[in-house]
Amino acid sequence: MEHTLETTITVNGTRVTRRVSARQHLVDFLREELGLTGAHYGCEHGVCGACTVRVDGEIVRGCLMLAVQANGRTVDTIEGLSDSGEIAGLQAAFHRRNALQCGFCTPGMLMAAQDLARTRPDATREEIREHMSGNYCRCTGYHAIVDAVEDALKQSAQTGGKR
Amino acid sequence: MNARAELPLHAPGTQVDKGYIGQSVPRENAKRLLQGRGSYIDDLRFPRLAHVVFFRSPHAHARIRKLDLAQAARQPGVIACFDGRAVAEYCTPWIAVLGHLKGIKSAPQHPIAIERACWQGEAVAAIVAESRAQGEDALAHVEAEWEELPALTDMRESLAGKYVIHPDLGDNVCFKRELVTEGFDAAWAKADIVVEESYKFGRHTGVTLEGRAILADYNAADHSLTVYHNTQAPHMMQDIFSRHLGIPEGNVRVVCKDVGGSFGIKVHVYADEMATAAISVMLRRPVKFVADRLESFLTDIHAREHEVTVRLACTKGGDIIGFDLDDLTAIGPYSVYPRTSGIEGNQVVNLTGGPYRHKHYRAKMHVVFTNKNLTCQYRAVGHPIAMALTEAIVDRAAAEIGLDPAEFRRRNLIPDDAYPYSEFPSGIKFERLSHHQCLDKLLALMDYKELRAEQAALRKQGIHRGIGLAAMIEVTNPSPAFYGVGGARISAQDGATLRLEPTGMLTVMCSVTEQGQGTDGIFAQIAASAVGVTLDKVRVITGDTGVTPYGGGTWASRGAGIGGEAVLQAGRALRSNMLDVAAAILSADKAELDIVGNEVVNKLTQEPKLSLAELGRIAYFRPDTLPPKFQSELTVTRHYTPRDYAFTFTNGIQASLVEVDPDTGFVKLLKHWCVEDCGTVINPMLVDEQIRGGVVQGIGAALFEECLYGPDGQLLNGNMADYLVPMCGEMPDIVVAHVETPTKQSALGAKGAGEAGTAGAPGAVMNAINDALAPLGARVTVQPATPERILEALGKV
Ligand code: FES
Ligand code: FES
Repeated sequence: MEHTLETTITVNGTRVTRRVSARQHLVDFLREELGLTGAHYGCEHGVCGACTVRVDGEIVRGCLMLAVQANGRTVDTIEGLSDSGEIAGLQAAFHRRNALQCGFCTPGMLMAAQDLARTRPDATREEIREHMSGNYCRCTGYHAIVDAVEDALKQSAQTGGKR
Repeated sequence: MNARAELPLHAPGTQVDKGYIGQSVPRENAKRLLQGRGSYIDDLRFPRLAHVVFFRSPHAHARIRKLDLAQAARQPGVIACFDGRAVAEYCTPWIAVLGHLKGIKSAPQHPIAIERACWQGEAVAAIVAESRAQGEDALAHVEAEWEELPALTDMRESLAGKYVIHPDLGDNVCFKRELVTEGFDAAWAKADIVVEESYKFGRHTGVTLEGRAILADYNAADHSLTVYHNTQAPHMMQDIFSRHLGIPEGNVRVVCKDVGGSFGIKVHVYADEMATAAISVMLRRPVKFVADRLESFLTDIHAREHEVTVRLACTKGGDIIGFDLDDLTAIGPYSVYPRTSGIEGNQVVNLTGGPYRHKHYRAKMHVVFTNKNLTCQYRAVGHPIAMALTEAIVDRAAAEIGLDPAEFRRRNLIPDDAYPYSEFPSGIKFERLSHHQCLDKLLALMDYKELRAEQAALRKQGIHRGIGLAAMIEVTNPSPAFYGVGGARISAQDGATLRLEPTGMLTVMCSVTEQGQGTDGIFAQIAASAVGVTLDKVRVITGDTGVTPYGGGTWASRGAGIGGEAVLQAGRALRSNMLDVAAAILSADKAELDIVGNEVVNKLTQEPKLSLAELGRIAYFRPDTLPPKFQSELTVTRHYTPRDYAFTFTNGIQASLVEVDPDTGFVKLLKHWCVEDCGTVINPMLVDEQIRGGVVQGIGAALFEECLYGPDGQLLNGNMADYLVPMCGEMPDIVVAHVETPTKQSALGAKGAGEAGTAGAPGAVMNAINDALAPLGARVTVQPATPERILEALGKV
């Protein structure tokens, strides 16, 4: 039998407890155990950012973290951020600008963009490009993504940084 | 001229607006993806789903001495293990040749290699397990003994026949083509100037963020196979599964859910995917294969890898007389099914010199086998090579004569009033292009003169900026001349079905598929405009052979032009049928009625007469109230095939501005411009985004991306850390503008736009780098132009 550990994680605000194989990655746990398929695998070695989720408020590569390492912690995924409305402004800007084509990179992109919105809401276009550089997108060429993030940051600055 | 005004989407003489054509409407289907609620293959959940993983050859060329799967079969969770012979019982092999590529040859390829592996990564056994992890664990227990064979990795050695990979074929030449126009030698002899240069284009690959994936679900009870597949061509795959697995076509259904990028990578038949489908039949249960990133690098088709020498002859006044091309390209051990791997080289021959009005041409091209991964059609097929070498040698000629590159192009681009143009020496025909309008627009957009002045000033300060231009043509909307005439069962026509629902909603079903380009969105725009409903009333379904009309799918920039026309024609026909119903309900003359904003209105007064919801209600639920012999027809199907030209060419021009650091060899991309003409622009934002994404793929080819192989045929950088792709930080802003010259072949007038960016960008970037290096007396002629190669050109390493 595979070595399993009881693991409790608060995922998108709901506590879940499962016996988890010690070697299972966080994204596999989210996708296979919980059916949260918004975080994707693009490379499985920490390069593409498609698997980005938030653990205790920090964005991490879900393919580099084991599910058991998230024991006792809080995990937020694209589904949770969508339902809570936290990234509604970013999503609207991405939609308006067509900052996604196939959409496979998009959950990770939105996670990274929201991280910027929280940490450096006054980021310049150059800084946006820099910050988003850990997330690979094959479809868009990035220009529209940068436009969308810029729009969303401006918009939230105008509305007083309120989400 | 506003081409959109020519679109007779509503009856002439009415004052209604032209609907949604030409508007930047955001895509409805993007909303799901924005919430992470897309449905890619790996997101599907099936009862009794089994996972297949492949044991792949570690050698580039080796005979399988022994393959023992017994230990693997005993591992936890393993359901079954199969070798090539076992799978071959259920799936016949294929040979990828086409009748119109004269002399093309290849060897039979099996879903899983039998006896011999011909490239590193070729599948030699399949392990099916309850989970992917268990399958991968079991891989370590496969016992294989190999007899290594010579690995042929150098294409010149392949051409010379140092070793013949498939002895039955006699040599390593898959395909060759030679062409010379009449009077070539005499015309060439009159040239004042001949410039010659050789170029190398590295192998690269698509790196779709979502890997190839297939979930095959065989139902033994009715001998039917449903395949969830992230393919670009569902009907083509339906035909192939049917023929190679021996299941009647009507029993095979191919469904494409959301697809995470394709770019030509997902339009081919892959051996491991055929094996997956066969295994589903063998095990009578659903089986899934998802290529991981390492498998993608080893087995997703690669592309390019050309070595070319090109010569250009011209007069001292700067008029191009002709081109002389010698191209050699290597494709791996098999031609890829069913499109063949001869097309890219063939395109290079067809397209070299493409934008110009020279009369003479000689070309020689060889496609050879090697023991590397297979290559085949990837976004812009052949164009990036043909455009880059043409535009590079054109710059050389301009420099030789002392003409500004923009001026030299102006002299030689086919004039805008020369159409239809059938004198192009490779034999391709142009309906109508707008090279000069595009050039003028580009130079104004980028402020060319100002940039040149700035460049000169900066050079004095030791800052090396370069400006590169690349004019281009692009094959779009292919007719049956592309594949069908060669015997491939690949549809050149597409169909659309439109159905008015009882509530006044419109359902559109089209055989063209969506992989993120915005196909569904533009079909909704066209359908809404043609019928007279608002966009929120339209639902689009694509990517299901069980539901949509038959068609080719998405490739060769054909979705908007061909699928879009089918939607338009179906929309017009449905509108007419709806007016018949309205006329019957209202006892009015059909000619006096129109449909605007979800209402039947009086055509002259625009006064609302009947809502479409009411029309639907009566037509479907109370037809008894209509005249006795009247039958409403509120579902309409129309098809479209482009036939007047083999291809509907588009054109455009790109410019790149770079800064090269001669000490480090680093290239900084400062800005990129593209002006292109795809005919009617249905949704400007979506077209711009197609261009931008394409440009960045072209930039990747020009600067970063290369599949590097060792002399033993081992892929050295098959992962995302070592294979460099363009990331956000180093990409420039990309300015896009359009000239609109609608094709007269269709009522919609749309040509393709998906590949233009990739076609032109490598040439523009290479020319920009060389323009920056010019004062230093260096040129790079190898792509990707890595810092190391630039330093080599500068004689610094
Ligand atoms: S899948 Fe985690 S970074 Fe690529
Ligand atoms: S939208 Fe396809 S990878 Fe980003």
